[in-house]
Amino acid sequence: MMRRDDCLKVLALRRSDEIVVATYMAAQEWIHISPSELNYTCIGAMGQASSHALGIALGRPDRRVIVLDGDGSLLMNLGALVTIGHAAPRNLVHIVCRNNTYETNGSVPIPGADQVSFTGLARAAGYREAHEFEDLADWERAVDQILIEEGPILVELRMVPGDPYPEDFRRLGSLDHREAFRQALLGDRLKG
Amino acid sequence: MVAEVQSLEAASIIAGIKRAGIRFIVALPDRHTSAQLLRKLMADPEMRVVQVCKEDEGVSICSGLYATGHRALLLMQYTGLLDSVNAIRGVAVELHNPVCMMVGLLGLEPGTRPTQSKRYGLRIVEPVLDVMEVPHLLLEVDADTAQIASAIDAAYARSGPVVLLVGAEPV
Repeated sequence: MMRRDDCLKVLALRRSDEIVVATYMAAQEWIHISPSELNYTCIGAMGQASSHALGIALGRPDRRVIVLDGDGSLLMNLGALVTIGHAAPRNLVHIVCRNNTYETNGSVPIPGADQVSFTGLARAAGYREAHEFEDLADWERAVDQILIEEGPILVELRMVPGDPYPEDFRRLGSLDHREAFRQALLGDRLKG
Repeated sequence: MVAEVQSLEAASIIAGIKRAGIRFIVALPDRHTSAQLLRKLMADPEMRVVQVCKEDEGVSICSGLYATGHRALLLMQYTGLLDSVNAIRGVAVELHNPVCMMVGLLGLEPGTRPTQSKRYGLRIVEPVLDVMEVPHLLLEVDADTAQIASAIDAAYARSGPVVLLVGAEPV
């Protein structure tokens, strides 16, 4: 089984100017693995990461937007799959870090852990593509193509937690970082 | 002498929304506003309507749009507002996002303040917003729509949410 931080490192190596929206455990690791002003982290109202990402993707159709969602988080906002499928942002890649637990909340199993298919749900909701990986080498081989495919795309990464990273919820909810993100994007648009 | 009946014109509301610089509408249909407001907004070539499956998605979509420099309005029924309290708390209030919401008060008795309604769900809307420290404005007659743009401008200036309550059914 893949480790989450290994999966994220694979993505970080391919990242250029993509916006990355991250939530909870993936966010705690991503800010260390790929620090950037173009990281948008969200906590506080669980399940909302993909909705933040949709807003960003619609607002900046010229930029690739990747959302690092959790399985428990997505279950809390499943209608978002249909909303995204209907809005059909071509620039959105929705990555679900699947470890079958509410890891932030005590590693209690998610309901439907043995049954639910996020790729199946995404296809039925109107996503253009959906991929599932449980082997790191397969993920490494596919990621370049996924980052240029027309979206919306859902990627389900079956994983286990990897190395521990320091938790910093204050950073994830930081208004200073949010404003830096806004300014980076606004500056980019002015330059464009 | 018969008192003049004052109406709330959908065209005036839409003009106010546009004056505020809003071009994205995030919406879930509300029978109080669907026919005259939402359908007109969907047909308006100047506006982009994003339909959501649940109202709390809209709080975050509006926040994402704000992060990219766009202004947006979440259009929903008061039941959706009540259902979205945690997202408004966590995303709009605590993370200081200027989420602007237009909320239909379906079933409000004509000429009645929401807090005086016979309907429990309507009576609690303004008190809930007050407890959450979310500014709100009641649109009852056409003259009230003159305040839409300034209320939205103020929300963006302070980077916090605002709720525009649609009391009368727009015509």
